[in-house]
Amino acid sequence: MTLLTDLAGALATGQVRVVDLTNTLRADFPVIVLPPEFGQCAPFRMEKVSRYDDNGPAWYWNNISMNEHTGTHFDAPAHWVTGKDLPANTVDAIPAQDLIAAAVVIDISAEAAANADFVVTRDFLEDWEAKNGAIPLRHWIALRTDWYKRVGTPEYLNLLEDGVHSPGPDASAVEFMVHDRDCVGLAVETVGTDAGQAFHFNPPLPAHSILHGNGRFGLQCLTNLDKLPTFGAMIVACPLKIEGGSGSPLRVVALIEGEAT
Amino acid sequence: MSEPLIPPKKKDPLLNTRAGHVPPALRSRAAKAMAARAGQGRFVLQACEDCAHVTYPPRDRCPKCWGALTWQDQPRGAVIEAETTIKASTDLFFRNHLPWRIGSARLDAGSMAIVHLHGDVNQGDRVRMEIKLDRGGNPALFALPEKETLNMADDPQLRVFTADPKYRRILVTDGRGPVGQAVAEALVKAGAKTVFLGNNDRLMRYPGQEQIEAMEGIEPVPLSIADSRSTEALAAQLGGRVDIVVNTAQHTRGGGVGFGGKLSDLQTGLDLEVSGLMRLAQAFAPAMSGRSDDGTNAAAAFVDVASIFGLSGKAGYAGAAAAAAARLSLIAGLRGEMAQTGIRVMSVLTGPIDDAWHQDIPPPKTAPVQIARAVVSALQQGQETICAGQVAKEIFGRWQADPLLTIREETQ
Amino acid sequence: MSARVKPYDGAVVCAPVTVPYARFSPESAHWWTGRALQALSQQTGLKPGDFDGFCFASFSSVPDTVVGMVQHMGLSPRWMDHIPTGGASGVMALRRAARAVQVGDAEVVACVSGDTNQIDSFRQGLTGFSRFSQDATYPYGFGGPNATFALITDNFMREFGVSREDFAKLCVAQRTNALSNPLALMKKPLSFEQYVNARAISDPVHLFDCVMPCAGAEAFIVTTPEKAQELGLSVARIAGTIERHNAYPEDAVQTRGGWGCDIDELWAAAGCGPQDMDCLQAYDDYPVIVAMQLADLGFCTKVDLPQFITENDFTIPGSLPLNTNGGQLSAGQAGAAGGFQNVTEGLRQILHCPLGDQIPEARRALISGFGLVNFDRGVCTGAAILEQEVLR
Repeated sequence: MTLLTDLAGALATGQVRVVDLTNTLRADFPVIVLPPEFGQCAPFRMEKVSRYDDNGPAWYWNNISMNEHTGTHFDAPAHWVTGKDLPANTVDAIPAQDLIAAAVVIDISAEAAANADFVVTRDFLEDWEAKNGAIPLRHWIALRTDWYKRVGTPEYLNLLEDGVHSPGPDASAVEFMVHDRDCVGLAVETVGTDAGQAFHFNPPLPAHSILHGNGRFGLQCLTNLDKLPTFGAMIVACPLKIEGGSGSPLRVVALIEGEAT
Repeated sequence: MSEPLIPPKKKDPLLNTRAGHVPPALRSRAAKAMAARAGQGRFVLQACEDCAHVTYPPRDRCPKCWGALTWQDQPRGAVIEAETTIKASTDLFFRNHLPWRIGSARLDAGSMAIVHLHGDVNQGDRVRMEIKLDRGGNPALFALPEKETLNMADDPQLRVFTADPKYRRILVTDGRGPVGQAVAEALVKAGAKTVFLGNNDRLMRYPGQEQIEAMEGIEPVPLSIADSRSTEALAAQLGGRVDIVVNTAQHTRGGGVGFGGKLSDLQTGLDLEVSGLMRLAQAFAPAMSGRSDDGTNAAAAFVDVASIFGLSGKAGYAGAAAAAAARLSLIAGLRGEMAQTGIRVMSVLTGPIDDAWHQDIPPPKTAPVQIARAVVSALQQGQETICAGQVAKEIFGRWQADPLLTIREETQ
Repeated sequence: MSARVKPYDGAVVCAPVTVPYARFSPESAHWWTGRALQALSQQTGLKPGDFDGFCFASFSSVPDTVVGMVQHMGLSPRWMDHIPTGGASGVMALRRAARAVQVGDAEVVACVSGDTNQIDSFRQGLTGFSRFSQDATYPYGFGGPNATFALITDNFMREFGVSREDFAKLCVAQRTNALSNPLALMKKPLSFEQYVNARAISDPVHLFDCVMPCAGAEAFIVTTPEKAQELGLSVARIAGTIERHNAYPEDAVQTRGGWGCDIDELWAAAGCGPQDMDCLQAYDDYPVIVAMQLADLGFCTKVDLPQFITENDFTIPGSLPLNTNGGQLSAGQAGAAGGFQNVTEGLRQILHCPLGDQIPEARRALISGFGLVNFDRGVCTGAAILEQEVLR
């Protein structure tokens, strides 16, 4: 077991560092906004049960509630209708082996800053590969947008009268990621893997539709993707083992190699 | 005329706050029955079923023929036969409010009563009687001038029986909807010093935002009563300054019980309307109770705007009606608790509101401005229960006459 | 007209007792009652077993009624009664005890009233005083009896032209009388100016219109002439009595008491008139009620009250000695005992054993009681004429 012994040593020395990719779960963290006639995503809620008081003199604990897709969260294939009949499509059924995977980070922060509706296309990805090297197979593909820096401002959801405005992929890009690069899933800083305006794409919501229809995962509301190298990071993303669950809030961390301290 | 109220100065932090006592609260069951009706703004006395004799004080049998007594609306006129100004009292509440004027009133309805006197009322005057509720929720006969006088509502004795918005600081919980906005605007127009207007998501715009937030006297505050921390945080900030709370939060979604109802909607509705009410009460009631007799802008009232269907249920809106029912029940409990601390707890009952969530219900519906009027009126009158709009009035009337029939009518 | 009232032959009144009052007392009504019984015993030599009748009045004996008091005091009477009528309780106890003795239901009846006055017991006592006052009087400013009597006074003054100066004369005279009573709580003279200039409590009621609540006890014995002789006690006979409750409910504000219903019978039974009275021991919780009694008992009409008050002297040497111990206004109001002191003081004057100065040659006393403001007026009234029978 020298591999893990080495890893442990590298973690101890800081040669491997852990980057937290998770936003804090709190009541005012935005959730996805759907048209009001649909059911809504419940925000995070916390009610104190006791805090060293008459309800529990020596202990502090809370009851919490939320949607499976609240805060930094994991989307399982069953989340989308396209993935409804796949095997092992819910969080409890996903093989544990799939919960840790390497990541490639595609930086579109400049494009997103210039255009909140920036759409990643297959052409864009192929162009990116030409400059940075090929996207490796069986990786999380992480879209760095620096969107997490907008958390706490209206510009995070960026909900205008004509809907949400945030960057994301089109169908060609997702098809490329899934079929040509066999990605584990798509990891983003925005509230959804799809672009804000993706409801109006053709086909609509391509990321959800294509990723989950092919048994791939989503990670949303991440932070700190700018702290990861383009290649070589390892993402640990273990959703709660909810029976039949479509997703789950979770703590997502990335391992990166750095200088020993 | 009454001396016009002077806008209260900022409080001297070195002065003790006057404790919020309530007047003597022991009452007979009959007096409580009188209070229940007075709380709706009615002027009622007992009349004999057999001989029609009208009697007061509240009795349990007719003093003329020993027949059974029922509460009936009565003419409001009276003449003040004698008066006195009380300058000494052993009661902890009245001691703080001396001198206090009372009189012997000969009621047009036929009996004598000892009554509170408005400052513009004197011996020999014809007066208009009201049954107010005192700070403890008990009935109190109050003699008002027959015709409106200058600054009539500012009379210090009358103000003890109302929760008039004038110069008060008021929290309206949900400013994102048309109801909260209409209520806030009406309260400012009624003389409120400040309306703190709740916004449960400052990152998200809402219709009417610019207009309402720009209005003088309105101060937007972050408040989500679905979130304990948010509610506690605002109470920590404003608890000592809020004189009146008006809870306008609502989450109405259509759907039945066995058919078409969404559990997620029910859950959200119950959390916002029912748990939210308790969060709000727990956050604000204690501090308000400590300031219930704190001068011109003493804490005065906790108002809850809830659907009349809480009384009857409603076909197609089962979950919303259930939330309203739970809300009315909590409000009744809170009323009992606050009766001991001198804060009025009021219910404004609404029909289906003319908003996006009642599109399937044919008119007449309750306009937000009607709700706003009812809130202001309840506060100005000190009325415990008030119906906003015709639909609520009509259902409330039917419910009072025959609750089981009304439930049947509204759910079938 | 009701059937002719039978005389009180075979019953006499004796042994007036006053336990010195205290402004506040940590003791209970039971303590004060027992103290009064002890005083009766000291005066007569009677022991608990010698009393076969017991008539009791108190506001502050809660939760005990006469039942609890009998056991508490070790009595074993064959007749007992509880009189919860405050200011009317002395006259009512007298009447009931006399009838019991007359027909042989009891031979020696101790009539006792005792009340304590602990700190704050006045306010607490008011709070639960009566159903109507709890529902319809006290929540209106909680002025207590002061406010209720202020309304009655306000109306009375306007209706009959009685002035504060008239009330002053009554109050000042009572204070003058009190100065000779060593047990009176008020020990300083009261001048006309002091009365008139006193602070308003609930106008037109001012400070010296109000009694001083206190603790105390009063008692007397009703027995047969034979038993009194055996005990060597001076006695008075009961020349006549009346009692009436909730009279004139149609009056908007109280301007008269129940005496008016039966006053002619009282004088007829006694075979005399107001002019024959050597003193008037009237219930005096507020001078307006004294004035009301002067008229209702037949001394004058209501409209003649100002003139009557002007023309008479109410001090002990005066033309109509009034409340010769100082009354409740100057001696103190010991709860229900306040409704007994008119009996004990009248009795003392005609038995020539007063606490203070003696009315020369006093032989007849008119005792008048007024009690229980249940809502907006006093409900219970009664009066008795006592005549000196034997001085021993």
